[in-house]
Amino acid sequence: MNWLWSNLDLVGELMLVHLALSVPAIILSFVISVPIGWLAHRYRWSRGVLLSICGLLYAIPSLALFIALPAFTGLSLRSPVNLVIALTLYGIAVIVRTSADAFDSVERDIRQSATAVGYSATGRFWGVELPLAGPVLLSGLRVVIVSTVSLATVGAVIGVQSLGSLFTDGFQRGIQVEIITGIVATIVLALGLDALSVMLGRLLMPWTRRGASNGRAAAARRVREETA
Amino acid sequence: MIEFRGVTKQFPDGTVAVHDVDIVIPPRKTTVLVGSSGSGKTTLLRMINRMVDPTSGQVLIDGTDVATVDPVKLRRGIGYVMQNSGLLPHRKVIDNVATVPLLRGESRRAAHAHALELLDTVGLDRSLADKYPAQLSGGQQQRVGVARGLAVDPNILLMDEPFGAVDPIVRAELQQELLRLQEELGKTVVFVTHDIDEAFLLGDQVVIMQQGGLISQAASPAEILAHPADAFVADFVGADRGKRALHVTEVDGRRVVVDADGRAAGVLAS
Repeated sequence: MNWLWSNLDLVGELMLVHLALSVPAIILSFVISVPIGWLAHRYRWSRGVLLSICGLLYAIPSLALFIALPAFTGLSLRSPVNLVIALTLYGIAVIVRTSADAFDSVERDIRQSATAVGYSATGRFWGVELPLAGPVLLSGLRVVIVSTVSLATVGAVIGVQSLGSLFTDGFQRGIQVEIITGIVATIVLALGLDALSVMLGRLLMPWTRRGASNGRAAAARRVREETA
Repeated sequence: MIEFRGVTKQFPDGTVAVHDVDIVIPPRKTTVLVGSSGSGKTTLLRMINRMVDPTSGQVLIDGTDVATVDPVKLRRGIGYVMQNSGLLPHRKVIDNVATVPLLRGESRRAAHAHALELLDTVGLDRSLADKYPAQLSGGQQQRVGVARGLAVDPNILLMDEPFGAVDPIVRAELQQELLRLQEELGKTVVFVTHDIDEAFLLGDQVVIMQQGGLISQAASPAEILAHPADAFVADFVGADRGKRALHVTEVDGRRVVVDADGRAAGVLAS
């Protein structure tokens, strides 16, 4: 435990570095996969191709991708930007099918009724389809958050600093506490970001809260009436 | 006035939904399109606001071919009420009612003030304004749907089986409410249903459609009952089974009208 007390500064610093790697990748993969998911939803013929290609990204071994990317980006192997790009690609692979499903989950009746009252195609996307796809998109985002935060640790192997550096350093120097600290800090970070995304979802999608609580209240009322 | 001139709709899969329809829908009256499923009644309705474009023929509103009007602009000027209300589940009741005025660029304040008045018009309490549609009963949702349809004070109100998904008691209530509203507002209402009794109750003109999008008869309810155009119409309105045949019997010196099943329908006014 001594190691932890004397290295709290280092752990805190690595958490911030880890955040700086994973948060941009999470946001980028979300922002990129939403339009791809929409295309796959909107144009049936593109669905198989788009989802397969994006899904295949996940099959690329991470170390190979980290090492191959600099050849395309022209950046040095140890540049954090490479890692962010790689994490973004994996993030897209994870979330793109969910984002297509999210748009599928918007009821046809509601889309039609929006068109019937005079929404334009773009107005309908921003005002109806995207918000109503929100709950499913959020569920996809939560998976990306956890997987990206955990995957970012692999960067340590190629020399990009992150909480993963605690694993590599701990292994090399035989400090078990350091390894455990790395694992716990990674989990804490992932859970923290996850909680944040859930709170943000509640803030942005208030109808899911009130609709649901009303549904529960109604169900409870029914149960009471039936047992009475 | 809405006019269909030789309108045919064939879908890409080959089904003919509407076949060479000519019909005039008079202004400020309720016209009910009635038929079983597959008769093309909803397709016909949706051609008015260009949710569906005809394969051939023309749909005219006050002499203007709707094909020449931008569909989004056209729809913002026509009220639309559908089954299951079609409300946006993520918007509060008041925002749902104000949807079209807001799309048209009206200020939020004016649109909301007007939306509250519309809740009064359709007989809803203003306290519902801040609720989400899922928190309302089916009947209440349907009233909100009507309020939304009226929000831009359109000349034309299209209603696509609006009362199809509510229970019979609420449906009867909503029907009476619509009759009251129509008396007050005098819109050109085009109403789709598969229920002939609803059609006879609400329609000034009833258009009976059969499979393949053919019009069998378009006339007032009384005229259809008096002179069904063909065997299909007679069957559809139940005239051939004697369902509509009423008899008069004397009860304690008053003349009571009895229907085919022997149920008392009313008293003959002397």
